[in-house]
Amino acid sequence: MADGPVAELLLRRLEASDGGLDSADLAAELGVEHQAVVGAVKSLQALGKVIEAELRSTKRWELTSEGEEIAQEGSHEARVFRSIPPEGLAQSELMRLPSGKVGFSKAMSNKWIRVDKSTADGPRVFRVVDSMEDDVQRRLQMVQRGQAEKLGEKERSELRKRKLLAEVTLKTYWVSKGSAFSTSISKQETELSPEMISSGSWRDRPFKPYNFLAQGVLPDSGHLHPLLKVRSQFRQIFLEMGFTEMPTDNFIESSFWNFDALFQPQQHPARDQHDTFFLRDPAEALQLPMDYVQRVKRTHSQGGYGSQGYKYTWKLDEARKNLLRTHTTSASARVLYRLAQKKPFTPAKYFSIDRVFRNETLDATHLAEFHQIEGVVADHGLTLGHLMGILREFFSKLGITQLRFKPAYNPYTEPSMEVFSYHPGLKKWVEVGNSGVFRPEMLLPMGLPENVSVIAWGLSLERPTMIKYGINNIRELVGHKVNLQMVYDSPLCRLDAKPRPPPTQEAA
Amino acid sequence: MPTVSVKRDLLFQALGRTYTDEEFDELCFEFGLELDEITSEKEIISKEQGSIKAAGASDVVLYKIDVPANRYDLLCLEGLVRGLQVFKERIKAPVYKRVMPDGKIQKLIITEETAKIRPFAVAAVLRNIKFTKGRYDSFIELQEKLHQNICRKRALVAIGTHDLDTLSGPFTYTAKRPSDIKFKPLNKTKEYTACELMNIYKTDNHLKQYLHIIENKPLYPVIYDSNGVVLSMPPIINGDHSRITVNTRNVFIECTGTDFTKAKIVLDIIVTMFSEYCEKQFTVEAAEVVFPNGKSYTFPELAYRKEIVRADLINKKVGIRETPENLAKLLTRMYLKSEVIGDGNQIEIEIPPTRADIIHACDIVEDAAIAYGYNNIQMTLPKTYTIANQCSQEDIADKLGVDISATKAVHISNPKTAEFQVARTTLLPGLLKTIAANRKMPLPLKLFEISDIVIKDSNTDVGAKNYRHLCAVYYNKNPGFEIIHGLLDRIMQLLDVPPGEDKAGYVIRASEGPAFFPGRCAEIFARGQSIGKLGVLHPDVITKFELTMPCSSLEINIEPFL
Repeated sequence: MADGPVAELLLRRLEASDGGLDSADLAAELGVEHQAVVGAVKSLQALGKVIEAELRSTKRWELTSEGEEIAQEGSHEARVFRSIPPEGLAQSELMRLPSGKVGFSKAMSNKWIRVDKSTADGPRVFRVVDSMEDDVQRRLQMVQRGQAEKLGEKERSELRKRKLLAEVTLKTYWVSKGSAFSTSISKQETELSPEMISSGSWRDRPFKPYNFLAQGVLPDSGHLHPLLKVRSQFRQIFLEMGFTEMPTDNFIESSFWNFDALFQPQQHPARDQHDTFFLRDPAEALQLPMDYVQRVKRTHSQGGYGSQGYKYTWKLDEARKNLLRTHTTSASARVLYRLAQKKPFTPAKYFSIDRVFRNETLDATHLAEFHQIEGVVADHGLTLGHLMGILREFFSKLGITQLRFKPAYNPYTEPSMEVFSYHPGLKKWVEVGNSGVFRPEMLLPMGLPENVSVIAWGLSLERPTMIKYGINNIRELVGHKVNLQMVYDSPLCRLDAKPRPPPTQEAA
Repeated sequence: MPTVSVKRDLLFQALGRTYTDEEFDELCFEFGLELDEITSEKEIISKEQGSIKAAGASDVVLYKIDVPANRYDLLCLEGLVRGLQVFKERIKAPVYKRVMPDGKIQKLIITEETAKIRPFAVAAVLRNIKFTKGRYDSFIELQEKLHQNICRKRALVAIGTHDLDTLSGPFTYTAKRPSDIKFKPLNKTKEYTACELMNIYKTDNHLKQYLHIIENKPLYPVIYDSNGVVLSMPPIINGDHSRITVNTRNVFIECTGTDFTKAKIVLDIIVTMFSEYCEKQFTVEAAEVVFPNGKSYTFPELAYRKEIVRADLINKKVGIRETPENLAKLLTRMYLKSEVIGDGNQIEIEIPPTRADIIHACDIVEDAAIAYGYNNIQMTLPKTYTIANQCSQEDIADKLGVDISATKAVHISNPKTAEFQVARTTLLPGLLKTIAANRKMPLPLKLFEISDIVIKDSNTDVGAKNYRHLCAVYYNKNPGFEIIHGLLDRIMQLLDVPPGEDKAGYVIRASEGPAFFPGRCAEIFARGQSIGKLGVLHPDVITKFELTMPCSSLEINIEPFL
């Protein structure tokens, strides 16, 4: 505490001193641990300019615990010397003494003692001199008295080699009066307490200042994965635009709904093992809507509904093959088929965001599964201009306003357009999505009226998330190698919506 | 999407002008192509094999252009140039003609043995053609592109091109036992039987990918001329005898396959592209193909089909208001010669043999839109009035998501990536792997995931069903069962399921499971059914996931609450 007894004593001594005092000296004078004085210095420093403290480091010689013992009791060799009576002592007996071994050899080399090996009952040790001077003890006592400087370099190093003496660095403070020096430092309160409020004592108490540079304590909280944050933003955008969410809770899909229903021919490369995960068990779909299947079969193999068809032999076995769906458009096809069964036709807007699976070559930006975002509008007389208009609204809600459209080929949309946006950072146009008008060969066999068009677009969830959160390796985002620190640290997802341009007017 | 690589200077020479890279990129974009990469042979080799190997290679600039997968007519320099020149109205689309030969028509007779392996064949002749090195390379390259794309790696169609002057018709397309087929194939110096060849090609980097198409079949397809010379053993290799060179003047083309329509398209594409270099430009000499049933057909078909589309349909589908005359002009620029007929609102469109991708009026509408310019179309908002609905499932998952995050857990969305052996039936391994990958993070780790798992279910049409699961794990120096249990209590509170044995409530009862430590596992019953388990994980499980701390977990099916 700032005003503990040590701090108070320190202030009083400081007042009496001229100039200042050393913390180690003070500790010695007060008979307290040096650390207690250092604590007092630090807490007084925290009060502002009460004191000035300058850190000093001094080197000092100190006795080791063995050195202390020798200063007290005498050196081992002296103790050996003293224990030998005039008539001598058996060497084996001498060796059993506590100082025996070390003391014996030292006393021998000092020529204080000698060994007589001719005696009948083993070697005996005798004094050589009558008295001796215990220099080791004397020198250690000098160090103890703080007179280490009086010893020669050689003497000190000999004592250090015998591990009796050690050089220690002592950090002390030179304490002097500060500009706001006062001996009457009252206790600073750290925090407001209920008692202070009820008694009103807070009015008279000084409070310890806060360190506003310190970090706060993080609240205990959960963290949502960035993909979920971005996903909920996309859902929000679709819902704002009046789109209804499609059920997509079937990762397992039949080739029929995943490909055939979309007028994707059975020899299409996407239906290859290299591109799609097929299932071994359950390998085949158990039920298909057979009259619809017949219409699909006819359209593929012979054409119809104004189409030439693909003119090949369409096989039911191929359509039955189960797979991990390669796109959510299979779910859209199911929903559109259901919509087609509802009479009369009612316009609809649908969306979905869910997982799809592709047998891709894996790298930093590709995984075998990803999330697809898909939007679908079904109504009478929809145009390509409508598709572009709705894409513009959708992307402007994402903060993307500069769009352009490139002709493209998709098996189940015609016309098809890839959506590009200008990336100011990369200074180039980058693809942000794919879109098109579903082919009549897909819609008419479902039973949708002829003048109903269905426009659709899709994009991946991972890509905008990676861009948004600056993630370069998709494995850090998706899958168990996810970086939890990234999850902890990632901010809220706001898709940087800029003020939107006024909604486009319907062309007259 | 196929990529065609063309020499830039040859391309500009054929286009009759030069472009900057940006200008050409812009032109591609407008036309629906993509200038994917600007490179050179040298650059490609040095990238793939190091700069030492690239030392002698050409540094002629190459454009790599991405072509839509259905535009087979743009897969070579000749086709690209023709398409772009017509698009920019610098030339008129040529008319391709099939002509009868002055002498006897070349005949290809199909025997019935082919029926079981590769039943279809078509053929044609390019007469008095003049190759150069560049044209010849392009001719070979186009065949390769077709093989890789529409031909589905030769499975559907395989192309053979031959120097007609080294052969003598009529030709026979038959199927024989491999041991009975013997010939000198391309690039070999001696004759081999088909069996030997199949063995040799097992180590051929280019050809080994095609072997599976006929391997293990009792009979292999083969084409002979009237002297017994082998033209080819489709879809693997041609004979060396009839190989074409830069100096070849008369080319016999045969396409065999399992898909008749595609064989005809492939033949049409080859002859339309390269008849440009025939003495009589854009004419193709007919060949007769006699099928096993005795019926005889003349190829190439080079069929021009007429479609009539109403101008207002195009306008309505695109969202523009162009006159029929303008629309006809736009379509003509897309290689679809069009004119206004009838009441002045009808457009008659001629679909040339190069545009096999046009199978419906919607394909014509798209071309009109491309020629009009996608980016010139007025954007409008559909008037479609709808009221949005959310899937209740998503809704509840989100609600839970938010609340679980409030109870201090971390949300991981996707557990598995490449190592698909089965579709996951539980979420727990994903979370444990996530902990293993994040062992450096401070304890405790509290993770949860709400996601779908897949279970076989014969009551659904595809035989499997998704279930929405919730899984949470607590990983710390102590197992923390009470924390996982507390999470369950909180979830049930949020779902308005009270504790208790009765029908509406939930309860946990001692149980066991292989993943759990004996005596530390309970089954969770809610609204009368078992929904999952919670407990302290078995040390064996913990160590198998390379973890070192105690861990408790909870996994429940949340479908009953959706």
